[in-house]
Amino acid sequence: MDFERLLNMTKDGAVFASEDGVSRRTFLKVSAAAGGGLLLSFILPGMIRSTEAAGAKTGASFTPNAFLRIGRDGRVTLIMPQVEMGQGTYTSMPMLIAEELEVGLDQIQLEHAPPDDRLYANSVFAGFHVTGGSTSVRAFWEPLRKAGATARVMLVSAAAQTWKVDVASCRAEKGMVIHVMSGRRLNYGALVDQAAKLPVPAKVTLKDPKDFKLIGTSAKRLDTPDKVDGKAKFSIDVRLPGMKIATVAACPVFGGKLAAVDDSMTKGIKGVRQVVQLDAAVAVVADHMWAAKQGLAALAIRWDEGPNAQLTTADIVQQLEAASRKPGVVARKEGDVAKAMATAAKKVEAVYQVPFLAHATMEPMNCTVHVRKDGCELWVGTQVQTRAQATAAEVTGLPPEKIQVHNHLLGGGFGRRLEVDFITQAVQIGKQVAGPVKVVWTREEDMQHDMYRPYYYDRIAAGLDAQGRPIAWTHRVTASSLVARYVPALFKDGLDFDAVDGAAEPPYTFPNLLVDYVRQEPPGIRTGWWRGVGPTHNIFVVESFIDELAAVAKQDPVEYRRALLSKSPRAKAVLELAAEKAGWGQPLPEGHGRGVSVQFAFGSFVAQVAEVQVAKDGEVRVKRVVCAVDCGVVVNPDTVKAQMEGGIMFGLTAALFSEITLKDGRVEQSNFHDYRMLRINEAPVVEVYLVKSAEAPGGIGETGTAASAPALTNAIFAATGKRIRKLPVNRVDLRST
Amino acid sequence: MMTLKINGKHFEVDVPADMPLLWVLRDVLGMTGTKFGCGIAQCGACTVHLDGQPIRSCIMPVVAVGSRNVTTIEAIGQTTSGAKVQKAWLDLEVVQCGYCQSGQIMAAAALLATNPHPNDADIDAAMAGTICRCGTYARIRAAIKRAAEPS
Repeated sequence: MDFERLLNMTKDGAVFASEDGVSRRTFLKVSAAAGGGLLLSFILPGMIRSTEAAGAKTGASFTPNAFLRIGRDGRVTLIMPQVEMGQGTYTSMPMLIAEELEVGLDQIQLEHAPPDDRLYANSVFAGFHVTGGSTSVRAFWEPLRKAGATARVMLVSAAAQTWKVDVASCRAEKGMVIHVMSGRRLNYGALVDQAAKLPVPAKVTLKDPKDFKLIGTSAKRLDTPDKVDGKAKFSIDVRLPGMKIATVAACPVFGGKLAAVDDSMTKGIKGVRQVVQLDAAVAVVADHMWAAKQGLAALAIRWDEGPNAQLTTADIVQQLEAASRKPGVVARKEGDVAKAMATAAKKVEAVYQVPFLAHATMEPMNCTVHVRKDGCELWVGTQVQTRAQATAAEVTGLPPEKIQVHNHLLGGGFGRRLEVDFITQAVQIGKQVAGPVKVVWTREEDMQHDMYRPYYYDRIAAGLDAQGRPIAWTHRVTASSLVARYVPALFKDGLDFDAVDGAAEPPYTFPNLLVDYVRQEPPGIRTGWWRGVGPTHNIFVVESFIDELAAVAKQDPVEYRRALLSKSPRAKAVLELAAEKAGWGQPLPEGHGRGVSVQFAFGSFVAQVAEVQVAKDGEVRVKRVVCAVDCGVVVNPDTVKAQMEGGIMFGLTAALFSEITLKDGRVEQSNFHDYRMLRINEAPVVEVYLVKSAEAPGGIGETGTAASAPALTNAIFAATGKRIRKLPVNRVDLRST
Repeated sequence: MMTLKINGKHFEVDVPADMPLLWVLRDVLGMTGTKFGCGIAQCGACTVHLDGQPIRSCIMPVVAVGSRNVTTIEAIGQTTSGAKVQKAWLDLEVVQCGYCQSGQIMAAAALLATNPHPNDADIDAAMAGTICRCGTYARIRAAIKRAAEPS
């Protein structure tokens, strides 16, 4: 980080560490040595804070790295590299730092990290500043502990120097350094100036897990107290002096444009300030959302609907089906499937399909923008701070350093907030509005302008030997490529590794296997990452099909899988645990059934057993889901359980009810009345059993979602004898004759 | 001009009569604890109390509030049932993203204020109108039961 850039940031009002009383030279030395430490901060009430950039004084502080800052007053501020969208990062990330830094969670404050691909790179998700893919713990498990340990070592050295004693005779505890022999103690605040002068150690020793005091405990979450009394601020809650509120309608047909707008009935509505036209959308800017909505409804809009105006879901499926008939790019090949199939005693073939899905985060898309000649500020909830910054830079023509991103708690992510389309649009609107403008999408707009989970069309087949064991396995996935659009550098030789995630490397041993991928982009409709990504689609297919094979072989579904898991002891272990806890094999009343699924995804092993009741009229009630999880070392066990519970609900909702369909180029669904959600009266009992493990941490945010659909449909098969190869379940006639 | 009594205080607002209470609270009065989720009373995120009764503020025209007391999430902790619900919510770590939870807590507080010992069917009926995308339903149910326990 060069001096010129530092100076410019100061002029913009950015807050530095070490401003008062410590020479710029000292600060630069610390920053340069630590590889950073420039921190933009913003004000929020409650525990998760920001200091308004201009004019705030933090006092001198110690900033050995980009993740923490300690002030002379002893205040410890942790900078969160990963955003909080309910998955608990704002507790698990602090636990990692606090464990090594030797402070209590009650001694810290949190700040949302500013955009920085270098300082906050996620090493597990394409190496940029991003929260997603169930990678937070996996990516930051070591870096955050190192950050805490490094700071602690420097603070202890500073104390030892002050007391002129040996470093080994001191220890750190609860924000203080103690000289054991004499009992002398100094709290971290008193050591800040001294510590800031020390060189940052290149290597530090991390704690032995047996010495963990915090990691592995169900520490109380830090974000939740403000979420039960209305204090927690999501980006939709932003309020600024002079701020206007806008709502927007983009062309309902994908790829269409705005042709003409008649705003004669809108301008007279009390509270309406301005009508803003974009290429493919129109926004009404007003004093409040109600006037904006009324204003939008009063516009007479003519759309140039473009090439997709007649598009239907059936057209898209037809294209996928046609494309799926030709061989794709090979993802994995073992043995010789053609030869093995030829010798198989029995062959089983199936086509599996899963629909487009909307994310439907409870907080609809929104972004507040203030475009000025010399800079731009965004107030948003985003999983990708640097991409938010980059799109604003592109739209405004300003350099990225002039774009300030104020991130927030997210009212749901699920992959939707990995996208910046709504931010791009908000900045385009903001360019035409004087002062700050909050652009809020209605639920209808949110649902009809999503970046949908792709429609997947899968051809799967197996050859069985005389004992019913699979000796050949082929699986072709045909669908849109998310990797090609989102991280094109990782789309190599036509293979989308996510599209085959959960298909190419099943935990089962198949002597002959061929998995391939055919890229087929749907016209019009935009596709994006949806909780569970590749595994959510592939685990449904693989686990349903394995279940089909078990039925053909007339074997118990758990036993059938167990026999194929000899090379995957961790998968076998969770399968056995889930089956045991679920009472697999014990009798059930008529109309009830149990179904099982096993997966290795996101670095974790999970098995689920679902128990359903299917009524004579075909209605499905999910009574109970038992899951066994081996996600390696656990940071916060309660968070893992909560993520499994929630992930399962999310997956079951989709499997039971969800599909996004197109007619006349438009999404047919619009709100929760026609995009049905699972509610509390329909929610099953969920039991989560964690396997104690010292293995490297695996991801958990999406893990529950992936395994839930096949457990459900396998249970429905057990209850009714009906095999479901196409979701959602409520499209299938399950009435008993 | 209209006078509204919210959380024990009087507010004068100059807004259209048909403006939903939700937007008066959020955009005019700056009380953003009550959330917008759907605008058609399908999700419950906008739940507030009128004289203790839970209503969906996204479809309640402000003129229909009249002289009734409005209670929002910002003040529900000052009521006995509200405080018990908030404590149970934190004790059992109900909350994930938190966006739906204002509505959940308001619905639960209203339930407990009138039914101190709700059974599962009572809970279903009172809470089925509030959606949680993060799927915290099992913990919501457990927390309501915990809040219902004698202290």
